[in-house]
Amino acid sequence: MNPIYLDNNATTACDPAVVEAMLPFFTEQFGNASSMHSFGNKVAQAIKDARAGVCELLGAEYESEIVFTSCGTESDSTAILSALKAQPERNQVITTAVEHPAVLALCEYLEKEGVVVHRLGVDRKGRLDLDEYRALLSPRTAIVSAMWANNETGTIFPIEEMAEMAHDVGAMFHTDAVQAVGKVDIDVRRTCIDMLSLSGHKLHAPKGIGVLYLRRNTRFRPLLRGGHQERGRRAGTENAASIVGLGVAARLALEHMAYENGEVKRLRDRLESGILAQVPCAFATGDTTNRLPNTSNIAFEFVEGEAILLLLNKQGIAASSGSACTSGSLEPSHVMRAMGIPYTAAHGTIRFSLSRYTTEAEVDRVIEAVPPIIAALRDLSPYWADQAAERTAEKRASTAGPSTAAFKPSFA
Amino acid sequence: MWDYSEKVQEHFFNPRNAGPLQDANAVGDVGSIQCGDALRLMLKVDPESERILDAHFQTFGCGSAIASSSALTEIVKGLTLDEALQVSNQQIADYLDGLPPEKMHCSVMGREALQAAVANYRGEAWADDHTEGAMVCKCFAVDSSLIEEVVRANGLTTVEQVTHYTKAGGGCCSCHEGIEDILADISAERCTAPMPPALAETPKETAPAECAPTPKPRLTNFQRMRRIEETIEAIRPMLQRDHGDVEIVEIDSRNVYVNLQGACQGCMMEQATLSGIQAQLVEALGEFVQLLPASLMTKRQGGAA
Ligand SMILES: Cc1ncc(COP(=O)(O)O)c(C=O)c1O
Ligand code: FES
Repeated sequence: MNPIYLDNNATTACDPAVVEAMLPFFTEQFGNASSMHSFGNKVAQAIKDARAGVCELLGAEYESEIVFTSCGTESDSTAILSALKAQPERNQVITTAVEHPAVLALCEYLEKEGVVVHRLGVDRKGRLDLDEYRALLSPRTAIVSAMWANNETGTIFPIEEMAEMAHDVGAMFHTDAVQAVGKVDIDVRRTCIDMLSLSGHKLHAPKGIGVLYLRRNTRFRPLLRGGHQERGRRAGTENAASIVGLGVAARLALEHMAYENGEVKRLRDRLESGILAQVPCAFATGDTTNRLPNTSNIAFEFVEGEAILLLLNKQGIAASSGSACTSGSLEPSHVMRAMGIPYTAAHGTIRFSLSRYTTEAEVDRVIEAVPPIIAALRDLSPYWADQAAERTAEKRASTAGPSTAAFKPSFA
Repeated sequence: MWDYSEKVQEHFFNPRNAGPLQDANAVGDVGSIQCGDALRLMLKVDPESERILDAHFQTFGCGSAIASSSALTEIVKGLTLDEALQVSNQQIADYLDGLPPEKMHCSVMGREALQAAVANYRGEAWADDHTEGAMVCKCFAVDSSLIEEVVRANGLTTVEQVTHYTKAGGGCCSCHEGIEDILADISAERCTAPMPPALAETPKETAPAECAPTPKPRLTNFQRMRRIEETIEAIRPMLQRDHGDVEIVEIDSRNVYVNLQGACQGCMMEQATLSGIQAQLVEALGEFVQLLPASLMTKRQGGAA
């Protein structure tokens, strides 16, 4: 039985074409791009070509706007720290409560250093309140950092509009587009975003390579100083092989954009409705009308996520969970808490994230595998019996029409 | 992915004694859906012998919570209630060939369910009094609430002291920033909050600049023994939390002989525990004393005599 990988928001498999393009850079093409000889020159050319590939994917105007970094996290840190250092007269950051830890943990740290951080809350479907956002913007705002799409639920934020609002008060705007790139139509020229982060391993390039898009004329302070690589904005000898891989992956992502929003979306919907049709007391979280085409996050009430994952894994199915236990923390995911998902459900959230490699047969196998797993764990759960008793009592009590007994939590 | 032992996996995939127990006469409910794990332990106790004839569980929780529950029911079957109350969380973890540090609380929950079930059988009230914070030190499975408690109770100001008292920070050192953050938060609290009178008296509360050891008046022998006893009493709850204990056997000038009991005994941290207690005694007495296991007593005393 082949394993089924539905954890593509965590990381993706490298496209074989990406790997093939990279290999020579471990062997004959080992030169340092800065060197004054043919060894270096060929590598420099390859990096230039990769930069052009990333430009195409993002719609960037100039190749100098692409700064290669070591990962999405580095891009996020660079952007936020740069904005604060370059604008000493502004010491406030606006972000959201549902960002990736790459942004949230940094902001927590900055708070201790005296930076004022505002975190926008979200509603039950994970949406922002733009009026609340507008009220927070001020001439003291150094930077707004908001993710384009949420990694747990796939919910998409109105980034282009938010960027304009930030510019109205003279603040910089950064977006963590790590999950959105390749799935959402991004054209930075059409927007006024100043900085954007992306990460190779979410789009079938290798781990350990990222990009910070930096709009021309944006005031900037590097995180790493040293050599003149990346025009002095990110010192350190280039990770040539990975950059080349990312260049190929960027062009492939552009080619597959329609497929992601067509076939992958269809499979995701099939998976989600297939599971929800069979499992009672379960619901999809996030803004299901405005989310990434590959992501489905389902909350199963009265069961715990890690237990679900272990049983799925036994059948060769890989997914992820927002439960506290999977991360070793005490609280379920901050995203679920921010949306006000009750604890009865938040511990049992499972994220299925598909990719262009996912097949219909795989999706059907998962639809078959999930219901018995949830049923078995609910049988084991002390809450489920109580819950079931309550529901049958309710059913008996209700005389109005043929109750389908589909327990509908009030927040769904 | 957690590093679960074969045994944990086996008990998770094939839990023993899962599901309700019809004629249970002792039921313990612990945990809550809030914290992500909850356990209902159901026992059938023979009223004559107080022996546990059967044990079942229902658990809402992760893999190790379910495995710990399963192990617990296997361990207690056939024991008398008094015997069952001796089962420590470490025993549950050992039965499963160990649990990852972040998951040790699953075994604690098992032990608590047992206490709750016995209390239920005996018609006693049982209060779940343990608080749990975020895991700070993974090397020694120490969470923030324990560190905060110890820092507050003893007026600690450095990472080194926290390591002496709790072991936290004594391994790979990667949790030192986290410990420093807790120390900073509590020290900020101290500056703003009115100082509780009990703490105000202790020399630990003086400003860092005055922290140099102040010469203390010599204590009488009686005062000295009392001071040693009080210090050990203050530490005892910490050890009991780890299901260990300490008992003073003899005080012989500079040597304080103690018996470490329960989980502390033979634990690989025995030496660290002793030196931690010793450090506190030295501080409390203002003189150097040596803390030694009672097993060394006859040898040393014999030699001296
Ligand atoms: C939204 C988001 N931002 C940032 C990151 C971090 O990217 P990287 O792993 O490349 O540092 C991730 C990946 O988990 C992510 O999902
Ligand atoms: S995590 Fe605390 S010493 Fe290793």
